[in-house]
Amino acid sequence: METGLFDVLGPIMVGPSSSHTAGAVKLGNIARKIAGEDVKQADFYLHGSFAKTHQGHGTDKALLGGVLGMSPDDEKIRDAFSIAEAAGVNYAFHIADLGDVHPNSARIVLQDQQENKYELIGSSIGGGKVMVNSLNGMHVEFNGQYATIITSHFDRPGVVANVSSVLSRHGINIAFLKVFRQLRGSEARMIIESDQTIAPYILDELKELPDINSVVLVDL
Amino acid sequence: MYQYSSGEKLLQLCHDQGKDIAEIAIIAEVENSGNQKEQIIDWLKDQIQVMGDSIKKGLAQDIKSIGGLIGGNACKLQKRLESGDTFCGAVMLKSISYALAVTEVNAAMGRVVAAPTAGASGIIPGVLIALQEEKAYTDEEILHAFIVSGAIGKIIATNATLSGAEGGCQAECGSASAMAAAAAVYLNGGGPEQCLDAAAMALKGLLGLVCDPVAGLVEVPCSKRNASSVANALACAEMALAGITSFIPFDEVVEAMFKVGNMMSPALRETAGGGCADTATARNYSRMLHERRD
Ligand code: SF4
Repeated sequence: METGLFDVLGPIMVGPSSSHTAGAVKLGNIARKIAGEDVKQADFYLHGSFAKTHQGHGTDKALLGGVLGMSPDDEKIRDAFSIAEAAGVNYAFHIADLGDVHPNSARIVLQDQQENKYELIGSSIGGGKVMVNSLNGMHVEFNGQYATIITSHFDRPGVVANVSSVLSRHGINIAFLKVFRQLRGSEARMIIESDQTIAPYILDELKELPDINSVVLVDL
Repeated sequence: MYQYSSGEKLLQLCHDQGKDIAEIAIIAEVENSGNQKEQIIDWLKDQIQVMGDSIKKGLAQDIKSIGGLIGGNACKLQKRLESGDTFCGAVMLKSISYALAVTEVNAAMGRVVAAPTAGASGIIPGVLIALQEEKAYTDEEILHAFIVSGAIGKIIATNATLSGAEGGCQAECGSASAMAAAAAVYLNGGGPEQCLDAAAMALKGLLGLVCDPVAGLVEVPCSKRNASSVANALACAEMALAGITSFIPFDEVVEAMFKVGNMMSPALRETAGGGCADTATARNYSRMLHERRD
């Protein structure tokens, strides 16, 4: 893609580092979209350079701020710890080796009030851009730059076609579509990226389709 | 089609269309992004607004960075300016104090515009806002100059890199200095060639600059390096406006910068393994920081 003015000018963000701070907020934001908003416990496993310099770059506050729903330019990120405490969100940071991943990576594990657990591994790949590599243990790939629909479904014939026909009926243009699965016929995921906004009733309609377990929208 | 990926192409468009760099760059952005011109202008104005705000914050508040290494330097310089006892005069002193202010806010987790990066976020606002205050440029003129800086940055990003991790600090502060130099020339009424000459000279002046942040934090030498990059930008703008040209054209300097970055040892590319980061003082500080954590 052609480099644009806004690849060079901006983003507006809280410092000090686009990769260690702004990108970390975005990873937190994505985790929040996936887990929903009533997070009770947040655990962050920091890898590589994130592990080494997370305090000096505020990566810890940025990840937590993102989970609390702050945007990358929110000056409240500085106070993310006390804001989380006031909101009754428990949090902990752990140093971890996540294996062969980008040096700025984190594994985020969130637990909601109903004790449901959500897990995501993502990397901050520079300039505030991110890449999510794994969702609840399954390999995926998306960057949160588009409105992203993530399904969990059974790997059966017709599921992908049903989903895309619902979207096309509502005039949603699919920019990218990727399907991931672990085993044939088992649980699979679709990552659908669009540059349009996706209304809640469209998601509800997708949830009603056969063989679909869950549908979430990541729209930052 | 108004697309440009090199300085040469940009100049050619300026001549063929009879437009200046800002006009070409904005049309290209509309073509390329599909966004409305008004929307693009609004976004840019928001950024300029935030730049001004971060300068004010950096000057007014008693800021301490997260790593504790910088803060309060912008204020000191401002006081010297107010005392009237200065070698460089108001434009220069203001620009460098504003650059320090923004980088201090950045290091304290305050809001800045990463243009072109968070580490080099003080240079463009330092030059633009100080020139506006001292030379009474209109908001419109500042907006256009900001777009010119973006056009220069876009060419560098397309043909080289703006990331310290990839190209060293020459790619961050060096690029920002080139962007600011071109913007300053534009404000003074310099033509497209002069803008590119200033950018070429500014990038040459910082060619080979390594990225060596102490303890990996965006504080030392980053903040003061923003100040020196501002001085470099203004010096090169003055040269270009005086009619001095760059022997090496801008595009070739960009290519040279990219090659130098590739030759740089990884220790000199943001890993805190060399340069300022590998001094006795820096190592002591690093050790202290780690002990504080454990
Ligand atoms: S030394 Fe490195 S981190 Fe600091 S401003 Fe330069 S490129 Fe950025």
